[in-house]
Amino acid sequence: MRLKLAATATIALALLPMSASADGEVNIYSYRQAYLLKPLLNAFKQETGIDTNVVFAKKGLAERLEREGRNSPADIVMTVDISRINELVERDLVQTVDSEVLNKNVPENLRHPEGKWFALTTRGRLIFTSKDRVEEGEITTYEELADDKWDDRICTRSGKHPYNIALISSMIAHHGEAETEAWLEGVKDNLARKPQGGDRDQIKAIAEGVCDVSIGNSYYYGNMLQDENQRAIAEQVRLVFPNADGRGTHINISGISLTKSAPNRDNAIKLMEFLSSAEAQRIYAEANTEYPANPDVDPSGLVAEWGAINPDKLSLQEIANHRNAAVKLVDRVDYDGE
Amino acid sequence: MTEAVTSVAPGLAEPLLAKRTSRRWLVTAALTTAIVVLPVLSVVFLAFFPEENIWPHLLETTLPRYLTTTLQLMLGVGALTLVIGLSTAWAVTMCEFPGRRFFEWAMLLPFAVPAYVIAYVYTSLLDYAGPVQRALRGWFGWENASDYWFPEIRSLEGATLMIGLVLYPYVYLLARAAFLEQSPSLFAVSRSLGHSALSTFFRVVLPIARPAVAVGLSLVLMETLNDFGTVDFFAVQTLTAGLFDTWMNLGNLGGAAQIATTMLIFVVILVTLERYSRRRQQQFAARDNRDPIRRFSMSFPRQLVCVAVCAVPVTFGFLIPGFTLGLYAWEYFGESWNPDFIQNTFNSLFLSSTAALTTLLIGITLAYSRRLHNTRGMQILMRLSSLGYAMPGAVLAVGVIVPLAGFDNWFDSLMREVFGLSTGLLLSGSAFALVFAYTVRFLAVSAGSVESALQKITPSMDMASRSLGHTPGGTLVRVHLPMLRGTLLTAALVVFVDCMKELPATLILRPFNFETLATYVYQFASDERLYHSALPALIIVLAGIVPIILMSRSISNTRTIG
Repeated sequence: MRLKLAATATIALALLPMSASADGEVNIYSYRQAYLLKPLLNAFKQETGIDTNVVFAKKGLAERLEREGRNSPADIVMTVDISRINELVERDLVQTVDSEVLNKNVPENLRHPEGKWFALTTRGRLIFTSKDRVEEGEITTYEELADDKWDDRICTRSGKHPYNIALISSMIAHHGEAETEAWLEGVKDNLARKPQGGDRDQIKAIAEGVCDVSIGNSYYYGNMLQDENQRAIAEQVRLVFPNADGRGTHINISGISLTKSAPNRDNAIKLMEFLSSAEAQRIYAEANTEYPANPDVDPSGLVAEWGAINPDKLSLQEIANHRNAAVKLVDRVDYDGE
Repeated sequence: MTEAVTSVAPGLAEPLLAKRTSRRWLVTAALTTAIVVLPVLSVVFLAFFPEENIWPHLLETTLPRYLTTTLQLMLGVGALTLVIGLSTAWAVTMCEFPGRRFFEWAMLLPFAVPAYVIAYVYTSLLDYAGPVQRALRGWFGWENASDYWFPEIRSLEGATLMIGLVLYPYVYLLARAAFLEQSPSLFAVSRSLGHSALSTFFRVVLPIARPAVAVGLSLVLMETLNDFGTVDFFAVQTLTAGLFDTWMNLGNLGGAAQIATTMLIFVVILVTLERYSRRRQQQFAARDNRDPIRRFSMSFPRQLVCVAVCAVPVTFGFLIPGFTLGLYAWEYFGESWNPDFIQNTFNSLFLSSTAALTTLLIGITLAYSRRLHNTRGMQILMRLSSLGYAMPGAVLAVGVIVPLAGFDNWFDSLMREVFGLSTGLLLSGSAFALVFAYTVRFLAVSAGSVESALQKITPSMDMASRSLGHTPGGTLVRVHLPMLRGTLLTAALVVFVDCMKELPATLILRPFNFETLATYVYQFASDERLYHSALPALIIVLAGIVPIILMSRSISNTRTIG
C-alpha cells in the first residue's frame, strides 16, 4: 500500500509542469497576433530575463480561462476592443492590480477604476475620403455619414465587427437608441455596396472608385502607408478626425489584465508595468502606428503628421454597456443585408 | 447498409457473427464512443444556460436570411462537388485517356488547399486591384469600377465556388474507391443487356457506389455548414455567422450553443433521411480483384473531353492558387521567411499523423464492432461518435475544454486533498487536447468510410474465416483489413490533410508558444496582411501534397496486385 502511494506521488511529481527559466516566466493569452507582441516581449526579456509564453486566438480564450479556473496557467490576458475587455471583468476572470507605475503611466480614463484592466494603446475610428471626389472639410462628423448627399458613396466593413459595434455604442451613448437607429438606417441607405472585407478594403474601394467615403481604424491606414505595395492606394484618400471640433473622435483600446489564477503574479505585474513604460510604448507606436496610452510618449512620426487626435471623453465603460443594444440595432436595421 | 448483414440470412449470419464474439468489442466501442461524444454533449449542456433568449431577436431579424443563405450554400456546394467528384472519379477509373495516371492523384491536389486560403487568393486575383481587372481596364480603357461590370467574388456564388473547388475531393476519393471495388462483370452484364455506358452508370454503378458517395457528400455538406473563415471573409451570412455573432458580440455562449445544437439536429436528420431512403438496399460485392478493370478506349475528341473535365478543377482548385501563393511568397520571402517554419511544419505533421492514426484505429474498432453486433444500440453508438464533425471547430473546441479542464481540476482537487500537492492542468492546453479534438472532429471521416466499405464485404467471408477457427479479431486482421487497404489509406489520408488545415480548434486549444502552419498563416491573414501569409500557406499546401501522392499510388495499387 505504501509502495503504491509512493509510486503515485512520484508520477504526480513527474507530471508537474517544470519552470522554464531561472528568472521565471509569464504566460499570456492574447487576442492580439503573436508577431505584433514579439518585439515587445523580446525587449522585456532583455531587460528582466523573464521568459514569456503566448497563446494567440481571436475567440475562445475567455472560455478556456474560465474553465481552467484556479489552475489556469495564464497570468495575463491581452485584448483589443473595450467590450471584450469588459467581458473579462464581468465574468470575474481578472483581478485588481494596484501598481504605482501603471497608475502613473496610464491615464485614469484609460484604465479600470479598480485596476482590472489597463489600456496599452488607443486607436481612432476615422473617416477616409477620396482626395479627388470629396472636398476637404466636406464631412467632419459621424452624424453626417447619414446625410443624403452621400447616397451610394459610402463603404464600410460589416456592422457586426467589434470596431463598428463600439462606434455605434458610442453613438447610442451620445444620442440614445432611437436617434442612433435612424442614423444607422441613414448610413445603410448611403452604402455603395454590401458591407464586406476589412478596413483596408474600404480604403482600396475608394481608390477604385467604388465609393468616396469609408470608416476605418487609424493604424490600418498607417500600415498601408508603410507597405510599399499599398502606399499608392492609401495616398489617394484623405483622413478625417470626425467630431474633432465637438465631442471628439471615437477611440477604442487594446488592453491588458491580470488573470485571477495568475501563478506568476509578480512577474506578470512586471510585464504590465513594462508594457506601459515609455520604452515599450514607443515600440508599440512605431510598429503598428497606434496611439500610445502613455501620455509621455509621442505617436510615431507618421502618425504625428496626421495632426493631433482629440479623443471622445466618453468613458469606455459606457461604450461597453451599450454593446448588446448596438449589436441588435445592426440586425434591426439589417445593416449587413443586401 | 449493414442492416443487410442480418437481413440477408438471419438464421445463418447471426450466430456466426455475433454469438460467440467476446463482449470486448462491444464494451470497447461503447467506451470509446462515450469519450468521443463528451465534447458534443458539453456543447448541448451549455445550450441550457443562455445569457438571454436569443431566438425572438433572431426570428425577428436575421434568422430567415441565415437559413436561406445556408441552404443555398449547401445546395450549391453539394451539386458542384457531386458533378466534379463523380465525373472525374468515373473518368480516371473507367476511361483511357492521355494523362489519366497523372490525374488519378492530381485530382486530389485541391484538397491540400485550405478553403480560407483559396478565398484569399482568388480575392486578391479578382478584386479591383488584382491583375485580372487591371488587365481588362488596360485593354478596354476603363477608368474605374463604375465603368464596367465585373462579377463580385465576395458573394454567395463566390463562396460556393471556392468551397466546392477544395471539397470535391471528398466525393472524388470515396467514389473512386467505390468504383475500384466494384466488380467489372456487373458493368459487362449491364452492357450486354443492352444498356448504354451512361445508362449503366446511373442504373448500376452509381446505386452501388451510393453509400460511399453519400458519406463523401455528407462530409462536404457538414464542412460547408461549419465553415466560418470563407463565409466571413466573403460576407456571406450563414447560420455559422449568426452563431459567432451571438457568442462573440452578444457574449452569449449558451445562445451560440443553442444554434450549434440546432445545426447538429439538422445534420442528424439529413443523414438519417439518406440512410432511411436506402434502408431496403443491400449489396455485397463478390470481390474479384484479380479481374482487372477494362477501361474504355475512346475516340480522340472524347479523350479530350476527359482531359478537360479533369484539368479544369485541378487548374482552378490547385494550379492557380498554388502559383499565386508561390509568386507572393517569392516577392515577400525576405519578410516572411522564419526559422520557426521548420518547427511549425514539424508540429503540423506530428499532430496530423498522430490524429490520423488514432482516428483510423478508432474508426476501424467502431465499424467492426458494428459489424459484429448489428444492434440498434450499436448503430446509435456509431452515429453518436460521428457528431463532432457536425459542429463548427471553435464551438467544438469549447466542448473539448469543458471535460478536459473539468477532469484536470477534479484530479487536482483530489491530489490536493490526499497528498497536499497540486497537479495543475494535465490535459488542458496540451498536445493531447489537440489530438483529442482532431479525433473527435474527424472520426466521422474514418468511421464513415470504413463502415461503408465493410458493408460491401459479404458475410460469407466472416463465416468462412470464423468456421476455420479464427477469432473476430483474427478475422479482422487477416480478412477484412487486407481487403480494405484502399479504403483505410483513403480514410487516413483525408483525416491527415484535414488536420493539417484545421484552424479554429487548434487556435483555441494549443499549448503556449505552439504554432502549426495553419495558425501561423492565420495570424497574418487575420491582420489583413495576406502577402505575409503566402509562404506558410504554400508550405501547408506542399506538405499536404506528398502524402496525397504517396497514398493515391497505394490506392491505385490495391486494384492491380495479384
